[in-house]
Amino acid sequence: MAINEVAVVSVSHLNKVYLSRERRVEAIGDLTFDVAAGDFTCIVGPSGAGKTTLLKCLSGLLAPTSGAILVNGHAVVGPPAEMAVVFQEYGRSLFPWKTVRENIELPLREKKIAKAERARLVDEALAAVALTGAADSYPWQLSGGMQQRVAIARAVAYQPKVMVLDEPFAAVDAQTRADLEDLMLRLWTELDLTVIFVTHDIDEAVYLGQRVLVLSSSPTRILDDVPIDIAGPRSQATTRVEPGFAELRTRVYRGIQQAKASQSIKG
Amino acid sequence: MRDTLVRSAGKILHRLAIELALPLGLFGLLLAVSANSTNFYFPPLARVLDRFDALWLGPRFATDVLPSLGRLIAGYTIACLTGIAIGVPLGMFRPLRRAAEPVLEFFRAIPPPALIPVLVMLAGFGDTMKVAVIVTGAIWPILLNTVEGVKGADMVLDETCRTYQIKGMSRLWNFVLPSASPQVVVGMRVGLSIGIILMVISEMFAATTGLGAAIIVFQRSFEIPEMWSGVLMLGLFGFALSVVFRLFERRALKWYYGMRDLERRS
Repeated sequence: MAINEVAVVSVSHLNKVYLSRERRVEAIGDLTFDVAAGDFTCIVGPSGAGKTTLLKCLSGLLAPTSGAILVNGHAVVGPPAEMAVVFQEYGRSLFPWKTVRENIELPLREKKIAKAERARLVDEALAAVALTGAADSYPWQLSGGMQQRVAIARAVAYQPKVMVLDEPFAAVDAQTRADLEDLMLRLWTELDLTVIFVTHDIDEAVYLGQRVLVLSSSPTRILDDVPIDIAGPRSQATTRVEPGFAELRTRVYRGIQQAKASQSIKG
Repeated sequence: MRDTLVRSAGKILHRLAIELALPLGLFGLLLAVSANSTNFYFPPLARVLDRFDALWLGPRFATDVLPSLGRLIAGYTIACLTGIAIGVPLGMFRPLRRAAEPVLEFFRAIPPPALIPVLVMLAGFGDTMKVAVIVTGAIWPILLNTVEGVKGADMVLDETCRTYQIKGMSRLWNFVLPSASPQVVVGMRVGLSIGIILMVISEMFAATTGLGAAIIVFQRSFEIPEMWSGVLMLGLFGFALSVVFRLFERRALKWYYGMRDLERRS
């Protein structure tokens, strides 16, 4: 199978059921998908679609009830070393007692990377997110958007096989958000990253992704797998008004409306 | 640069003036009111100061203040280290905490001075007993605050550690201890004042040297100005220690105060 040879992340028949004394909640029904090396995959779904559950399973923070996840060919049993995760809550995912540089450097020290090499990686990552001047600041001295750039720089410096982002721009203002989206696209092209980007924002998913997976509401399945065939580099000014963009956006939007409708019938 | 220096120097002087106004005023008032006192138990402050000068700035500093300080430092250091060492695993592992909680609550409920007779039997009248008394009292706020601080670590930061493979000792040094440190320091501050109280009590109970012992001896021999000068010395002793502690706190938790001040301003 050619597709499996290049799949950095491979999810097959993932199922997650939360059991408590009173009830049994099936968060994820049955998910199967592959993410190829170098791909930018966006995952969208209505709220309550089990996006967070999926992400926690992918990043090894939560054990699936059944099914398998492979990252770089290895079964995920705990957080995989080849993956970097960027959380939505940037203010809580950076160490406030460490400077920006120390925050980015710590995972590299765990990887036993030599000091000179660490310094180079940190400098490059900071330059890539245009934060060279903030290296010796504390995260809390920076704006929200800058803090999230630090978290992205930390993930970049880590040199993961796959970078996973959980609604990373949900908590910043619209302008900053557009800037961060373009930053992600630039990093993806320049650094040859493999990205899984979870969002609830349809426009964002279509604008960023090479492919958009539309999730149903819980118990989650894949409703649609939309290849985003917008040619050429994307731009906030022009891409969003292209006819192709509107069509794709509509397709994803309908999918999500359908997911919500089926949820309200059940509910 | 020079401007900001001058301005911050001015700021410090201004603050100093505000902070010193009340103590100096009270001191002057007391000096004036007590000047003609003929009450045996409340001698003129001037006489107390005279005794203070002769005793505490003289030989008594080495024979009483230093032994007291030594005991306190020894007891307080042991209390800090063991309190944190026990508190960290209890904060990290819930089953351990559940198992230990009733025992901890029990020992915490015993007023440490009540243990002095027991400790005298076990450790005699020497310094070991006094240090042990200080430890048994000062350890609780440190231990319990450490447990709370470790327990309150941020979930997202914990997941960040896990995804970046930060575990074991590195997790302890880079995540668990720093994130608990503001709360640990709160416990250490309370522990220090309890430590000073117990230092004095244990010395009053059984000692020939130390601030507590000196005050008791003066009182028993009706050397009232000397006794008061001892109380004054004790007050200054505690004040000096709390100043030192505040300096340590500002330094160790620089990030925390920086973050908090910023949040307050916005």
